[in-house]
Amino acid sequence: MNFEFDNNIPIYIQLVEQLKIFIISGKIQPGERLLSVRELALQTKVNPNTMQKALIELENLKLIYTERTNGKFVTTDRKLIDKYKKQYADELSNKYFLSMLSIGFDNKKAIEYLKSLGGNK
Amino acid sequence: MDLVKCINVNKSFGNKQILKNVNLTIPRGKIIGLLGKNGTGKTTLIKLINDLLTISSGEILINGEKIGINSKKIISYLPERTYLDKSMTIDQVIEYFQDFYDNFDTKKARKLLKDLSLDTTLKLAKMSKGMQEKVQLVLVMSRKADLYILDEPLGGVDPATRDYILDTILTNFNDGASVIISTHLIADIERILDEVIFIDNGQIILQSDTDLLRTKENSSIDDIFRRMFKC
Repeated sequence: MNFEFDNNIPIYIQLVEQLKIFIISGKIQPGERLLSVRELALQTKVNPNTMQKALIELENLKLIYTERTNGKFVTTDRKLIDKYKKQYADELSNKYFLSMLSIGFDNKKAIEYLKSLGGNK
Repeated sequence: MDLVKCINVNKSFGNKQILKNVNLTIPRGKIIGLLGKNGTGKTTLIKLINDLLTISSGEILINGEKIGINSKKIISYLPERTYLDKSMTIDQVIEYFQDFYDNFDTKKARKLLKDLSLDTTLKLAKMSKGMQEKVQLVLVMSRKADLYILDEPLGGVDPATRDYILDTILTNFNDGASVIISTHLIADIERILDEVIFIDNGQIILQSDTDLLRTKENSSIDDIFRRMFKC
């Protein structure tokens, strides 16, 4: 895991986002056990307290859960993961439409433009 | 009980007042940045906590006790300038630490030095500045302390060495221990800080949770610092 951080945004929020992406992209699989807080902190080169805070947030989102003695696991609720995936896809699409609008493409034109690229990329 | 508590601490050298009514508490289990421009009192405050200078007035409590033998046992200190005899080899310095501190973990120090693939029969004087800094940090972090105080650990080393130093700090502080890092190289270090303390002109200007401050000011600690202390 190689994370780039923007010092302007709270680090734990960036960690939550990154880990969320790992989960919805399947890079970390449903039901997979997460590394310990310390190991995760070390890999991402952040403070263990910050990592802890991020994991609590993910747990609040129900994307991970704690098994008392075994550690933390990614949820096996695929519907939930799909829900977050859709949410994220919506956000990305909105960003695309907004950016296109800023250079004079309305939504319809923006979609046509995407189609014209036709999956060549 | 707070790990460190400074109550109305003043320090003067002759007529010159260096620290003015410093009140602060250092909680357990946190990495704290002591941030300030050059000559604002960072090192003086650190030296007071380490009993290397005496307070003019006020009080510093470590684990609720006055500074003394007990506080020295639980504080592991990396000074800004080395105090080691550079004609010593790494092996000799390790022995030295072993003799001095009963909480020095020789095994750990050896392992960390091995990771650096250093020849431990080498004299300190024969090593580059960056290497010397690394060796000293390894020694300091190999003590099982309650509080690590690192005075400018990043000064004058290259970015790769900086990364090594940050990693070593992150991986090696005890659970429940705290780390105070004084620096003016904020951008390099702010990612790992739980809390920041801004010191200027001998006074504590601000103490805050790092992410809270970022949210509140909508910018990096480095930017906030630059704005606050514009020369």
